[in-house]
Amino acid sequence: MVSSSLRIHELCKRYGDFVALAPTSLDVARGEFLTLLGPSGSGKTTLLSLIAGLAHPDEGRILIDDADVTHSPAYDRDIGVVFQNYALFPHMTIEDNIAFPLKMRKVADTEARRRTAEALETVRLPHVAKRYPRELSGGQQQRIALARCIVYRPAIILMDEPLGALDKKLRDQMQLEIKRIHRELGTTIVYVTHDQEEAMTMSDRICLMNAGAIEQIGTPQDLYFRPRSVFVADFLGESNLLSATVRGVDSDGLDVVLAAQAAPSRAVGNGSIFAAGEPIKVMVRPQNLVVGDAGGGDQLAGRLSGRLLDVMISGSLTRLYIAPETAGMPQLVAAHPTRSGAAPYEIGQLLSLGWHATDAVAISDGKGI
Amino acid sequence: MAAPRAIQRNLAWTRAAMGAPLVLLLVLFLVYPVGQLLLLSVYGESGFTLAQYRQLFASSVYLDVLLITLKISLVTTLICVVTGYPIAYLISVVDKKRKTTLLFWVLLSFWTSFLVRAFAWIVLLGRNGVINKLLISLGIISSPASLLYNFGSVLVGMVNALLPLAVLTMLAVMENIDRTLPRAAATLGARPGMAFWKIYFPLSLPGVAAAGIMVFVTAIGFFIVPALLGGRRETMITQLIIDQVQQTMNWGFAGAISVLLLFVVFIVFAAYDRLLGLSTMTGAAAPRNATPSRLSGPLQKAGDALLTLLGAISDRILRLLPSRRRDRNPDQAGMGLQAFVWIMLLIISAPTILMIPLSFGTGGLNWPPQGFTLHWYETVLSSPLWTQAMLRSLLVGVGTGLLAMLIGTPAAFLLVRSDIRGKAAWLAFILSPIVVPRMIIAVGLFYVFARMGLVGSAFGLILGHTVVAVPYVVMTMMAVLRSYDTRLDHAAQSLGARPIATLRYVTFPILGAGMMSSFLFAFATSFDELTIALFATGGLNATLPKQFWDEVTLQVSPAIAAVSTCLFVFMGLLIFVAERLRRRAAAR
Ligand SMILES: Nc1ncnc2c1ncn2[C@@H]1O[C@H](COP(=O)(O)OP(=O)(O)O)[C@@H](O)[C@H]1O
Ligand SMILES: [Mg+2]
Repeated sequence: MVSSSLRIHELCKRYGDFVALAPTSLDVARGEFLTLLGPSGSGKTTLLSLIAGLAHPDEGRILIDDADVTHSPAYDRDIGVVFQNYALFPHMTIEDNIAFPLKMRKVADTEARRRTAEALETVRLPHVAKRYPRELSGGQQQRIALARCIVYRPAIILMDEPLGALDKKLRDQMQLEIKRIHRELGTTIVYVTHDQEEAMTMSDRICLMNAGAIEQIGTPQDLYFRPRSVFVADFLGESNLLSATVRGVDSDGLDVVLAAQAAPSRAVGNGSIFAAGEPIKVMVRPQNLVVGDAGGGDQLAGRLSGRLLDVMISGSLTRLYIAPETAGMPQLVAAHPTRSGAAPYEIGQLLSLGWHATDAVAISDGKGI
Repeated sequence: MAAPRAIQRNLAWTRAAMGAPLVLLLVLFLVYPVGQLLLLSVYGESGFTLAQYRQLFASSVYLDVLLITLKISLVTTLICVVTGYPIAYLISVVDKKRKTTLLFWVLLSFWTSFLVRAFAWIVLLGRNGVINKLLISLGIISSPASLLYNFGSVLVGMVNALLPLAVLTMLAVMENIDRTLPRAAATLGARPGMAFWKIYFPLSLPGVAAAGIMVFVTAIGFFIVPALLGGRRETMITQLIIDQVQQTMNWGFAGAISVLLLFVVFIVFAAYDRLLGLSTMTGAAAPRNATPSRLSGPLQKAGDALLTLLGAISDRILRLLPSRRRDRNPDQAGMGLQAFVWIMLLIISAPTILMIPLSFGTGGLNWPPQGFTLHWYETVLSSPLWTQAMLRSLLVGVGTGLLAMLIGTPAAFLLVRSDIRGKAAWLAFILSPIVVPRMIIAVGLFYVFARMGLVGSAFGLILGHTVVAVPYVVMTMMAVLRSYDTRLDHAAQSLGARPIATLRYVTFPILGAGMMSSFLFAFATSFDELTIALFATGGLNATLPKQFWDEVTLQVSPAIAAVSTCLFVFMGLLIFVAERLRRRAAAR
């Protein structure tokens, strides 16, 4: 299987005074599925275009399999790009679209035809060969864009929000398809999305970007359970962020004191270094908030009480919105799997909230809020 | 780092190579000739002199001509904008099929030579023309009235000539007005009249303004219509320039009149810029990101009150109508509007169409046509003057089309695709051949060509025509390129296509239809061009419009009706082809 490693070193791109990408370094292993995740305008497309050679960096280097390609043109990089709007050539048939990269590489006609048919097989659309792009549905066009990209076996494939224009169901289906193709071909893939769920389900690693810089990079679990910053905690799923102060640090965690509370509680670190007395945030995911009638649950590390404001059922999850009794503390959300039958709590009821020490993650309060 | 700097330097060279031909063309054949002419107005045999200007203002003769010119232009502009508005409005609201039909008639008229249309009116308004015959048979008059060579006939000709331009300019803006806005106003309680005057009309104003200035500036530089349809009292200022050059070769005085004309045009543009901002000239995009008008507070309030009043009055009138009419779908045009538009289209197309039966008749140009003969076509085709002129015009037209594309397309790429400094200024420079009265360019070119020995040569004519056609090519190509998705180029490159292959297999095939129509535009501009050809050609090397002009100023003969018919059919075919191309491009 052809696949390459990618190394980016201190890559930087400016538009006038505006820094679209601050000096950024990143390593992608051979065969890895790496996702660039981030809000719109965070520099994902910029980074991708630099890698593809469609834009020129102001500083830094790009290495593919340790060869410096920083200044080689796009057509020499052996990189495939799947564009957000598919960028199928409107004046060519599907067949000609897919055969285009082979033609550019002067592949013999019969061989080109064979490989085109094969690529159409791979994306399960062998019957549309003679049609024009406009005669295909969005999902089909998407798959053709993929076929056009894999037909010449590029060593690295870049995808810029490839599923952005599809509806939810089609998107789920295409996610599986892309994963299957990744497994079968073993190609290195750099995938861009602004959808955190998509990033979580597909990636080996996620690179979370914010304002033209990498905020955190790691496995989906890392980012979800051990966010380094409030931004990461907020961006990946819902979170409850409680203000606290560090009391002490030891080998397996921290002693912290929540704001407006006297009793200390325990929290785990996220790899950052904390100092005693430092103001921090303690993050607890909604599904890790244990809700009970007031008074219960002694084995829990953190304890709070609050009044139930609202209950919302969204399919498989039920969310409870709770106003803590403690003054100045933000509204909290707890989630548990939806059960059939009457709701166990009434609006306005006083509830107790708690969490296990391992579910409370300390996050430096330096930036963010 | 060395590499990026090399890339930068390469980029700079590429850009220079893309823009230089156009800049060079305009400097050599627009700035230099016009500059020369203006200089001639203040430099005589003995150095600097204001003698020409003293002569210009010595008597009231020339100022009277200027006043007449302004009067004719102003009235023409008013009529064109007021009658053109409903036409453009109807075209912008009807369904696709009827739109194609309506637009075809507007375009046909737009592209039919000014000469052909003016000639048609001569015949129509003549002593034995349709109008006189009709009036007599209706018993309104007993003997033929003289309808020609007066203010009225000039006005009819001018409006006929410029109405299509007004319609197309306003249409460009109206097509971009969000159709849901008046509907939203309706859901908010506005009656149709109020919704139109308070919502739609203000949004369409940039189009009205653009049409107004385009028509006015074109009208100021007109000479064909006043020369053919007007009497002595309707002499316009460009005719004076022609006289100075053709009869007395008085370059200095021609230059002085040119300065006067240029000054007037400049004032008009400055006033426009002051009131509305020149940026609205580019029309199309204006309503969406409309900036607040520069009109100051009280004026704006007065305007707003006027619109409210108009809305209320319209609604009062509408309420008097039977309820079935009142509650119709707001998107459907009323019968009255449709009737008006078709009558206007008939009036601007009919003269040329009535020419067709006359060209086959044996009764000369008298109405009604009698008999059938191909005599006049044979006369034209066996005359070397006419056949030479046709070939010449085709040659010059194709040459102009190719050269304008070759020079204009790279410049359009540069303006759309790169971030060069001072884009607005460059654009203004490139569009200046449209703004500077054609006559001034023509006289300047004649002077320069005379010294270079290019007078009468096809090459010189191609250069001159390219100067006036290239702005249209740049504008169309810019529009085409703006709607082109550059990601397709990126896709091609990422798939392994080198720059040349990208152009060959992806960019040009997709832009093909747009390029073809801008070629046709340049071709048609040249094919119909008389002003530059007026001086730069003559005799056996005349172009078709020049030959037409020479003939028509000599005598009004049925042979000219035959030529008119040929030109009319040729232009009709050309529009048909261009429209097919455009639709094929849009289907993608
Ligand atoms: N050609 C350009 N000129 C100026 N600014 C640009 C250009 N391309 C992108 N930017 C800016 O760079 C930032 C990052 O853009 P982009 O990489 O497209 O973000 P993303 O793909 O994450 O949404 C944005 O703020 C955008 O406005
Ligand atoms: Mg993007």
